[in-house]
Amino acid sequence: MAHAEAHALHPATNTGIDNRKLAIWTFIGSECLFFASLISTYLVYKGKSLVGPFPKDIFEIELVTAGTALLLFSSLFVVLSLNATEQGNRKKALLWLGATILCGVFFVGMQVYEFTHFVHKGLTLQGNLFGASFFTLTGFHGTHVTIGVIWLGTMFIEMLRGHVPPAKALNLEIAALYWHFVDVVWIVIFPVVYLMN
Amino acid sequence: MDHSQAAGELAAHEHHFPEKAGEYVRIGIILFVLTALEVGGYEVAHRAHGSALAAPWFVPVILTLSALKFALVALYYMHLKWDGRFLKGIFSFSLFVAAIVILALMALFMYHYAFNATLPKVV
Repeated sequence: MAHAEAHALHPATNTGIDNRKLAIWTFIGSECLFFASLISTYLVYKGKSLVGPFPKDIFEIELVTAGTALLLFSSLFVVLSLNATEQGNRKKALLWLGATILCGVFFVGMQVYEFTHFVHKGLTLQGNLFGASFFTLTGFHGTHVTIGVIWLGTMFIEMLRGHVPPAKALNLEIAALYWHFVDVVWIVIFPVVYLMN
Repeated sequence: MDHSQAAGELAAHEHHFPEKAGEYVRIGIILFVLTALEVGGYEVAHRAHGSALAAPWFVPVILTLSALKFALVALYYMHLKWDGRFLKGIFSFSLFVAAIVILALMALFMYHYAFNATLPKVV
């Protein structure tokens, strides 16, 4: 795509904001409501289970803290990757993006391990209110993380092929915005679900 | 190539991206420290009272730390600090409605449980 063409096609949005960026922010806005409904469902059913297992019987704070740290680091890594992309430093951008994906994969792995462990201890989706609300909330978050890993993975391949120059940094910024949102949702879930039990 | 994509590339091309890596790392360290404080607070409250929730200071402290982390990621990593008021407005409005949803549902269910508790038990 020649820049002459881009100049000829003057930005014509009413807001002055790129349509794709506006779309991802609107999507993030709708996701806030989605996760608000899941978090409130967890909160209203908190402590209402008649049969176990209960949160205090099964939570392993150390494991989840490690997962939380990984997700926080991944947010730092992806923003460093975006910064390197904007500076035209492809090698650094690839390195940080690879680290982000790795953190995301480890987080999903942690969650799969945790879910398997809980099921072995008798906590299931249909076993009690805690199980139903816990698996729904954290399962949907885990699905979002998985989608984010796939999205960032495609960005990594695009970057490897040299298709993400500084002029196209917005493509990575949009994926990064989604990733940060997944991170801020976990920032809420971690204390509400794991620490306040 | 459509007009919106071309416009986006033009905007990116014309934008002079400042070097912010140092600032991002500083925010990352603060986020890490805040998380350590959260978990440390949990451990202290848990050991002192048997249950973290039994400590009166625990919930306000944890919610404040969580809100701080949320704000730092949204402002710096999601670039809301530098983005225009329109995007800030979209996100703030969504958060406001989300908070209303959470509070309304909790109030509704608290009333529901309180009302049920007043009913005579059917044997």
